[in-house]
Amino acid sequence: MRHTLAVMVENRPGVLARVAGLIARRAFNIESISASHTEEPDMTRITIVVEGNNRNVEQVVNQLSKLVDVVKIIDLTMEPSIERDMALIKVKASPETRSDIMDIVEVFRAKIVDVNRQTMVIELTGEESKIEALCEVLQDHGIVEMVRTGKIALSRRPAAAKDTD
Amino acid sequence: MNMTGSQVVVSSLQKEGVDLIFGYPGGVVLPLYDALYDFPIRHILTRHEQGAAHAADGYARVTGKVGVCIATSGPGATNLVTGIANANADSVPLVCITGQVGLAIIGKDSFQEADVTGITASITKHNYLVKNPLDLPRVMKEAFYIARTGRPGPVVVDIPKDVLTATIDYHYPEQVHLRGYKPLDEGKPAEVEQAAAALLAAKRPLLFIGGGAVSAGVAEAIIDLAETWQIPVITSLMGLGTVPAGHPLFLGMVGMHGTVAANLAVMDCDLLLGAGVRFDDRVTGLLSKFAPKAKIIHFDIDPAEINKNVPAHLRVVGHLGWSLPALRQILCTAQPLGASPERKEWIVQTTKWREDSPLVYQPDGQVLKPQYVIQELDRLTESNAILVTDVGQHQMWSAQFYRFNRPRTLVTSGGLGTMGFGLPAAIGAQFGRPDELVVLVTGDGSILMNCQEMATIVEHKLPIKVAIINNQVLGMVRQWQRLFYHHRYAYSGFAQGGTDYVRLAEAFGAVGLRAATPAEVPVVIEKALAVDGPVFMDFQVCPEENVLPMVPAGASLDQMIEGVID
Repeated sequence: MRHTLAVMVENRPGVLARVAGLIARRAFNIESISASHTEEPDMTRITIVVEGNNRNVEQVVNQLSKLVDVVKIIDLTMEPSIERDMALIKVKASPETRSDIMDIVEVFRAKIVDVNRQTMVIELTGEESKIEALCEVLQDHGIVEMVRTGKIALSRRPAAAKDTD
Repeated sequence: MNMTGSQVVVSSLQKEGVDLIFGYPGGVVLPLYDALYDFPIRHILTRHEQGAAHAADGYARVTGKVGVCIATSGPGATNLVTGIANANADSVPLVCITGQVGLAIIGKDSFQEADVTGITASITKHNYLVKNPLDLPRVMKEAFYIARTGRPGPVVVDIPKDVLTATIDYHYPEQVHLRGYKPLDEGKPAEVEQAAAALLAAKRPLLFIGGGAVSAGVAEAIIDLAETWQIPVITSLMGLGTVPAGHPLFLGMVGMHGTVAANLAVMDCDLLLGAGVRFDDRVTGLLSKFAPKAKIIHFDIDPAEINKNVPAHLRVVGHLGWSLPALRQILCTAQPLGASPERKEWIVQTTKWREDSPLVYQPDGQVLKPQYVIQELDRLTESNAILVTDVGQHQMWSAQFYRFNRPRTLVTSGGLGTMGFGLPAAIGAQFGRPDELVVLVTGDGSILMNCQEMATIVEHKLPIKVAIINNQVLGMVRQWQRLFYHHRYAYSGFAQGGTDYVRLAEAFGAVGLRAATPAEVPVVIEKALAVDGPVFMDFQVCPEENVLPMVPAGASLDQMIEGVID
C-alpha cells in the first residue's frame, strides 16, 4: 500500500541529496517527493509517497531516521490529513476550442493562469485523483506539457507533526 | 583564544583524547600539517592514504577508541574511500579529516578537487563540508560524538584550505546539540520482559553473538547468560572472541564457512537470540530457510537492523550494555533454567554435533596444508595473539583454526571483505596494543594490495609477524571456480608472477623466512617470534585446498559441503 511520510530535516546544504541518495541506494520505490520550507527557518519538510508493504515502509522510515540531518518522520497514512498536489498544464487551445476548455476548467474548479493564441495554462490544486481526472479530459485537446509538485500533506490534528509522538 | 582553523582541528583532536593519527600530507592540508608540527600528537606517515584509513580502523578495533586519519583533497581523499567503506560495513568509529580546495574554487573542477561529501555520503555515518570557519569547533565535537556513540561508524570532515587558514576565536563546545541524532542507550523495559518470557519458554534456545557485542564490551555478560541458563552459543565472524574458543557451550562460527554444529543448531533451535548481529547473507544462507523452527529475538542498538534481513518475532532495541543486564535481572527472578529434560537434551544434542563434526582437513606429512600453518600459529602463540587477517581463504581458515579467547583479538574485514586491509590494519593494531603480539595472516593475493605499508612497519620497528599463506592463486576465487564454474580457472593464478616474498621483506628492511614443508613450519614460526622486529613468513602451501564446510550461496545452512573435495 501507499504511505505518505512527512520527513522533517535540518535545512542544510545537501540534505535533499542525502535523503534522495539513501532512497535510491536502498532500492526503495518512491512515487513522489516534495521538499519545502516550513514555519521554522532551519527546518525543511520533505513529503515522500512510498509504495510497499509494512516491512518495507518500516525500513524506509528506519533507514531515513538514521540520517543525522533527519529530525523526525511521521507516517501520515493512518492519520486524518489533508493531501494536495498542484499541477500546471499547458493545453492546446485554438479560439474555437477555448470555451470548451474553460467549461472543463470550471467543472474542476481549476484556474486559467495564462493564454496565448495556441495554448492555455491551467492551474489545478487538489488530490492526485482529481488532477489525473482533469488530465484525462484535457487529453482530447492535446496536452503540450505539464508539471506537478508531488504530494504534500498536513495532519488535521491541532498539534504540529514535529511535536507529536 | 584566537587560532587558525588548522590549530582548531588539532586542538580539538587533543580535547577528544586523540594521541595518535595516521595520514599522508599533500597540497591543501599543508596548513593542517604545519599546525600538527607544534602539538604533541603522534602522526604516523603511511605509504598510501588507503593504508592510513585501514590503520586507523585497526587501531579503533583493538582499542575501542575513535581512529583518526588525514588525507589531502582529491586523490588523497578518494584513496581513503575503501577504508571508510570498510569501517562503515563493520561499524568501526573513525574520524577522517580531508582537505578540500579553497571555497572560491569549489565546483570549478579545480586541481585535486573531488566531491568528498558526495562520494562518501553512502559509506559514512555522517559527513561534513565545513564552509564557515566558525563551525569548525562544533563540527569536530559532533564528528567524534557521532563516530563513537550509538552504532559506531566513520565520520568524514572535509575542510577547505581557506577554512584551515582562517583565524577564529576558539572555544571547544562542552555539549553536542543534534536534534536529529539521539543514540538510544536504554530502550523499553517491556521489550526485555517479553524477551525473557520467550527465553524461559524455549526448549532449544541458541545465542547468536555478533560484532555489536564486541563493540559494546559485553562479552562477560554473554558468557554469564550462557552459563547461568545453559544456552549454547554461536557467533558470526565479527563476534569471534566474545566466548572463548574452548568454552563447552560454544559451537563455533555460523554461516557459509561455519561449523556443522553451529549451522545445525540454527536449523533446529526453537529460539534464536541474536545480539549485535545483522543477519548478513554470509550468515543466513537462504533466508526463507534460516532458523525455520525458531522464534527470533533481535537485540541491537540500531532499530534499522530489526526486520531488515530476517523478520524478528521480538525486538529489544538499545545498547547491549543495558539490555543484557536487564534481561539477566528478569531471568534471575524466574525459575532456574537448564533443568528441564528438553533443555538438557538440547545441550546433549548440540555437544554431540560439535564432537561428531569438528573442523577438519586432511593433514599430510609431505604437502604443506594451509590449515596446518594456522594451527601451528595458534599453538606457538598460545592462542593469545591479536590476529589480523586479510580477505579470502586464509581469513576463513584463521576464523576456523585460530582459537580466539578474548574480544578485540580478531581484526578482520567482515562486511566489506577488503583485500589489502590486513597489513595496514596490523599497523594500527600494533600501535593500539604495543605490548601485545600482533600476527597478520594474509594471502599472496591480499598482501600485494597494500604491501607498501611494510615500509611504515619497518620505519617504526613494529614487531608484526606476517604469515603469507602463499598458494600462488587467488584461493577463494579458485575455490568458487572449482566448485561452481567447472574448474575454469579464469585469471586467478599468480604462479607466473614469481614474487619472492623473502627478498621482498628484505628489500623493505624486514626479515624474510620461508617454509615449504610441514616440518619447516614450527621452525619458521619460532624463528619469527624470536625476532624483535617485523618478519615476513612465506608459507608455500598447496594450492588445491578448499575452505570447508561450505554452504553454497543461496543454499540453506543444512546444505553444507563437507569432507574433502578434489
